[in-house]
This record gives sequence, C-alpha cells and structure tokens, in this order.
Amino acid sequence: MKETEEKSFYERLEGKGVSRRDFLKYCTVMTASMGLSASCVGQVASSIEKAASGTRPSVVWLHFGECTGCSEAFLRTPNVGAIILETISVEYHETIMAASGHQAEKSLEQAIKTHKGKFICVVEGSIATAYNGAYGKVGGRTFLEIANDVIPKAAVTIALGTCAAYGGIPSAAPNPGGYKGVKDAIGVATINISGCPPNPLNLLSTIVKYLNKETIELDELGRPLFAYAETVHDRCPRLKHFENDEFVEEFGSKEAELGYCLYHMGCKGPETYNNCPTAKFNDGTSFPIQAGHPCIGCSEPDFWDTMTPFYEEY
Amino acid sequence: MGKRIMIDPITRIEGHLRIEVEIENNRVKDAWCSGQMFRGIEMMLKGRDPRDAHHFVQRSCGVCTYVHALSSVRAVEDACNIAIPDNARIIRNLIHAAQFQHDHIVHFYHLHALDWVDIVDALKADPVKTAKLSANVSGRPESSEYFKTIQDKLKTFVSSGQLGPFNNGYWGHSAYALPAEANLMAAAHYIEALKLQAKAARMHAVFGGKNPHPQFLVVGGVTSVRDLNIDRIKEFEDIWKETKAFVDEVYIPDLMAIASFYKNWGAIGGNNEAFLVYGDFAENSSESRLLMPPGFIRKGLGVEKLDVELITEDVTRAWYENSTPSHPYAGKTEPIKGEVAYNTDDKYSWIKAPRYDGLAPEVGPLARILVAYGKGDATAKNLVDQTLKKLGVGSDALFSTLGRTAARGLETVIIGDAMGNWLNELRSNIAKGDKKTYQSWTMPDKAKGFGLNDVPRGALGHWIEIEDGKIKNYQYVVPSTWNFGPADAHGNKGPVERSLIGTPIADPKKPLEVLRTVHSYDPCLACAVHVIDPHTNEIYKVRVV
Repeated sequence: MKETEEKSFYERLEGKGVSRRDFLKYCTVMTASMGLSASCVGQVASSIEKAASGTRPSVVWLHFGECTGCSEAFLRTPNVGAIILETISVEYHETIMAASGHQAEKSLEQAIKTHKGKFICVVEGSIATAYNGAYGKVGGRTFLEIANDVIPKAAVTIALGTCAAYGGIPSAAPNPGGYKGVKDAIGVATINISGCPPNPLNLLSTIVKYLNKETIELDELGRPLFAYAETVHDRCPRLKHFENDEFVEEFGSKEAELGYCLYHMGCKGPETYNNCPTAKFNDGTSFPIQAGHPCIGCSEPDFWDTMTPFYEEY
Repeated sequence: MGKRIMIDPITRIEGHLRIEVEIENNRVKDAWCSGQMFRGIEMMLKGRDPRDAHHFVQRSCGVCTYVHALSSVRAVEDACNIAIPDNARIIRNLIHAAQFQHDHIVHFYHLHALDWVDIVDALKADPVKTAKLSANVSGRPESSEYFKTIQDKLKTFVSSGQLGPFNNGYWGHSAYALPAEANLMAAAHYIEALKLQAKAARMHAVFGGKNPHPQFLVVGGVTSVRDLNIDRIKEFEDIWKETKAFVDEVYIPDLMAIASFYKNWGAIGGNNEAFLVYGDFAENSSESRLLMPPGFIRKGLGVEKLDVELITEDVTRAWYENSTPSHPYAGKTEPIKGEVAYNTDDKYSWIKAPRYDGLAPEVGPLARILVAYGKGDATAKNLVDQTLKKLGVGSDALFSTLGRTAARGLETVIIGDAMGNWLNELRSNIAKGDKKTYQSWTMPDKAKGFGLNDVPRGALGHWIEIEDGKIKNYQYVVPSTWNFGPADAHGNKGPVERSLIGTPIADPKKPLEVLRTVHSYDPCLACAVHVIDPHTNEIYKVRVV
C-alpha cells in the first residue's frame, strides 16, 4: 500500500471507531488462523483494504436445516459491522435483512440475476431430501429447489458449519428428514468450513484468500488446509500431559484443576481436524478444552453418530 | 371474505416462518402462523447416553444457545438426584444471565428496530439536532460530528447502490413515525450494538469456552474449574459492566424514546388470555428462591400457582398423525411421512399447539414481568410503574406489542443488575477455599426427571426418561412452540395468531405492522418444531417454589 493510501485507509478505520492497533491485532489473529507466518500480517491487511475499496463483493447467504448458530458465530467477529456494511455486500441473509416475504424474495432474485457467476454463496444448514424435500421450505419452495436454483449460479460456494458441509445434526440417526450436506444433496463442489459452529476467523480467512485470488488448498473432506491440516490434539496446550500420562479421570478433580489431558474423559481431539487451540473463539478468549471440557469432534463428518458417547474414551 | 396476504420468509428471526393474514377494512381479521422446517432432534436422542443429550438439544438453536443445554442437564440431574455445587449454580446463572443480556440487545437493535426505525429517512436528519436529541434522551450523548460521520457512512452506503441487508425494506412506509433525527440516532446505535454484542458474547467464552454453543456444562456441574479464579472473574466483570452500561445508557433510553412516538401500539398486538412463567435464576443452593418467580395468569386475575400437569399438546392443525390432545408424557406423535400440504382450513404448520388448562398462554418477557408484578416483586413493580408514567400510558398498554417490547428491555435491566451479586458470591466462595464445581454421581438403571427454565423467549421445559442407562424418551416444550403454535381442535388460536387480529394495515403490499407484532415475540422457529414420542402415562408434579 502506498503511504497516502495507507493513511486514508487508517483514517477511514478511525472513522469506524477502529484504531490502527485494533486493526493490526485483528489481522494478526486472522493471519495466525490462516496458518501464515507473522510476516504476512501486512499482506492480510492490504487484502482487506483492497476488498474494502470499490465495488463490494456480493454475498448470498442461504439458510436451510440450521439453528442459526453459524450466522451467530459470524456476528461474533469483532467489528462485524465494518465487514457487513463496508467490506462485503450481503445481498441476502434472512437473519439480518430488513425485507420479508415478497420483498425478500425480490432481493434474492435481484442478487442472483445481477451478480450471476460472480457472487459468493454461503450456505448454512443441511438440505432435506426425503419426500422431495418436504421437511424444509422457504417461501413455499423446498431447500432442495432453492439450492438447485441458486448455488450453480455462484462463483464459489462455502458450506459454513458441519450441517452444510456434511449434514450435521439434522442428519444424525435416524435422520427423519433425509438431510444431507450441500455437496451430497446437489452434487456441487463446496469449500467446507466445518465446526458446530465453525470459527468465524476460518470463514473470513477463506473469503479474504478467495478475493485475493489465492489458491485455497483443501483436504479430502473439502476443508481449507490452512485451518484444518492439524488435529486439535496436535496443537493442544495439554499435549505435554498426554505425553506424560497425566490424565483427568473425573471432572472437578485435582487433575482437572491442574489442567491434565482429557483423553480419558472422551476427548476427540486426536481425531478432530481444526485450529481451535490456536485460533480460539470470541476474540481469543477461550476454547472448549481450555474450559476443561473434552473436544466433541464437531468439525468431523457424522460426529453426532461416530464420536458419541461424547464422554467415553474413543 | 377479506384479502389474504402471505409473508414467507419472515426475516430477522431465527428459522423458517410463514405468516398468513386475512385483511378486511384495513385490519387483520384472521391470522395463521406456520413453522416451515422439521428436523426431529428428540427422535435422535432415543437410545443415546443421557450425558450427551445437552449437546444435541443445544443445537436446537444457535440464537437461544446454552438455554436448552441448561434445561437438559437439569432434567438429568433431577432424574439422577444430583445436587450441584454452589459454584456450578452461580456460573450457570452468570452464563444464563449473559445470554439474556446478549440476546435482548441483538433482538432490539438487529431483529426488531427496523420495524420502527426508517434507516433511509436518517439521511434527511440534521446532525446538530440529532446531537441535541441525544443530549436529551441518551445516557451517552454524542456530538453532531459523530452523527455526521454516521450519516456520511450511510449516504456512501446508499449511493453505492449496494444496499445489502437494507435492500427492498419498507422505507418511507406511512407507519414509520420517528422524526429523521431519531432515525439517525437509532441507526448509529444499531452499528454500536453490532460491536457491543460481539464483546458481550465473550462473557460466555470466559467460563464456557466459546459462544455460540458454549461447551462447559456437564451433568453434575461445570468443567471450567481452571477459570474459577480472580483474573477470569475480573475479565467477566469488565465485560458485564460494559454491557450493563450500554443497556442503561443506550438500549433503555432508545427503547423509551422510540416508544414515545408509538404509543398507539400500546393498544395493538395484545389480545392474549393467559401468561405462563416457569421462573429461573436460583438465588440459593436449595433453589427455593428464584430471581424470576414462576406462575400462571388468567388475564384480569391474579397469579396462580404453576401446575405443569395442566399442559396438553394438540396436533389437529399440525403436520403430524392425528392423536387425542394429551399431556406431553401421555401422547404419541409422528410426523407425516411424505409431502405435507399447507391448508389453513386443516393442517398448516410443523409447530404443535400446547395448551395450559385448555388456554393458549403467551410466554416470554411480558409474561415474566406480569407475574413478577403480580407477585409484588418490588424491583419489577418500580420499573414498570416508572416506565408507564414516563410514557404517559395506563397499565392496559402492557398487554400489547409495545408492552412486550418494553418488558424485554426492563427484564434485561433486572437480570443484568443481579449479575454483580453472583460475581461477589463466586469471589467469596474462592476466598473460603471452595472451588468445587462438580458433584460425582452414578447413572441409575431407570429414572425420570425434568428441567424447567425460563429463557429469553419464555418458558422452557425438558423431560427425560432413562432405562438401562440410556435415553428411553426425551421431550421438550419450547417457548416459540407456546407462542407460535397453530389453532387447536376447538379452533382456539395460538398467542401470536390472536395478537395479530385487529392490527391496522396501511398497505397490504407492505405489511410492516404484521412484522412489528411478530417480531415483538422474538420468534425462534428451529426451537419450536418438535416431535414427541413418549410411551408412558406418567405425569410429573412440578415443584413450585
């Protein structure tokens, strides 16, 4: 960034109530969440700046069989206002949009018509497929119909959360609605930001990389490697205790107070690929293992069936 | 026969909701609420480990995060006769109270405000006059420069042609009554509240690991023993103070300022015959004292003692195989396996119709404030009386869309104020050397129990039956099921349907007035849709404290 551009960018940030320090701290956390070295903070900052100037990239956000936890997670991004009002253009998002009914449908139609082939589609929730998708509808159309109509017109589709990625809780046995993840339901390739809910930093990092035209390497389950290459166990602050055979055998015990390893309490960290221990949640405040609770494997496909009982050793 | 209007999707809510109204002579003559999604979480719980239930049910909703998990562990603890340690009670209270603070702020600004605030009209405001207005009404007055900056930001946003979430709103609608300056002030606080809510949610992460879906509850207590220290308490306290200051200085003044321009809504959107409250926030280990008292009100009468035996559920108008209306534990319900036809003369929703003594009670902030007031709770009484006086309206105005929205603000204050005591209790326990957060227990072969809870959207109950150490039956009856349920076999409508009747509609193509009342209930549809499949006639007596 040129010095004058940089100055005006930070002036604009100040106008938004974000200090230069806040912004750089935010970029530092985001850079770390992407698995990049600290020397890339400047690059991340400039890509956000680029995204924030000129026409804002359009995002269409679809809600299917979901609990809105993924939207809520996204809203926990510090200074989310600057993102949704000044960085991207959220053309359709049922939780926050002003319009309802016909006017909401119009917003969706306008967005996919105007930005065909160019918009980012974020999908939250899984798709009911039993009985032609009878168990989930918006505006009288099944999730299945809407997905088949909208998703193929997107430039890229991000399946946000374990439901959109792999089916998640609606697809847990016996799966009465025949719920499936986006890829399985309609056969399109998706970038899967799994987690229940996922870390919003992983979503934002993916969007920044995409807008920067960077290649986003994925694992065999469609998850970006910058966030999902290592297990929770690999980066766990309690790993030393595992190696030293120091385990919690009961909640509330002396060992629990000492922060020993939770493997015997059913921790699924060794089988779960995610960056929770390094990215943490809610502006770096904590993550479940830090709160003394075993990992439940929420970013893995079918974890509701394959990782349960949660409190039994795997 | 009037004109029928269908609104689907209803936005700025959780989940998939359709509202249909019949309009005659510019008023709503009849209304139908329809839940449009079914997942079936109770069906998944059968045969699973009771200790896991709270993780499953927490995923009922990510907006109402934590609350189902709390009811669930309470149900298992009740079944297994577990008394949780005092620290666990306090931490659970704090997280629950934090949920109320966060949820109500987000509801007011991001889900409800645009029904009353014309964002586009804010562009016409005079920033100097706006600063004067904020000096008069706000506990946090801002300068004209500040409002000018916000207005410029909005202008840039609108002139970019990329209106995003504000595209196709009902801007300029004749039912918007705020002066441009009040619209600008509220728009500024909409943006402030976006920042604040992300911070407020950190209270959950301090003791709960993360938000949404905190992960620290276990049957028997909480796991965050390492966070039970002075530094973490201070961290929580700082966020609580900042949140409380926002509530006192911004949220409540905005609520009062906006309400003063919409006093006519003190006579719209009421029409309910009963109110139900389970109560919550145990003030002592034996749970004999609750901050929010339980009770049942038949309109116009005093508060009755709660009797959960009087609950029945009816599926006549919902997409389940027909069965006799019965207590949740005596009924059998199955979703229709196949295509479901939406027909307002027959079945039209995935939501069931719960009834209390045959009535359709409203649950939520208004019900809680009314019960506390009726029971002579001094704090609630003072707040309500002051509010009515300030607005210059009578007590009848409580039974309305305006009253419901005001009650939500008032309880945010009551609960927020109580949090300081719990933080002090935690400190004094630590000082005494009490860091106990978990009670050991063993799983019985056979047991039954329930957990009651009052959560941001209303009364919530979870019931569990355990056999061979596994879940034999699990069911929950949820606030939005009470509020958004359809008609029953006798044709009695659900609370929201009743509330909509009589609403004036200026422009049937832009039914803004319908949204006002629907949003005043803070709908959560993912929670509301349930399947219950019990095989027992056992009915529980509920301890009323």
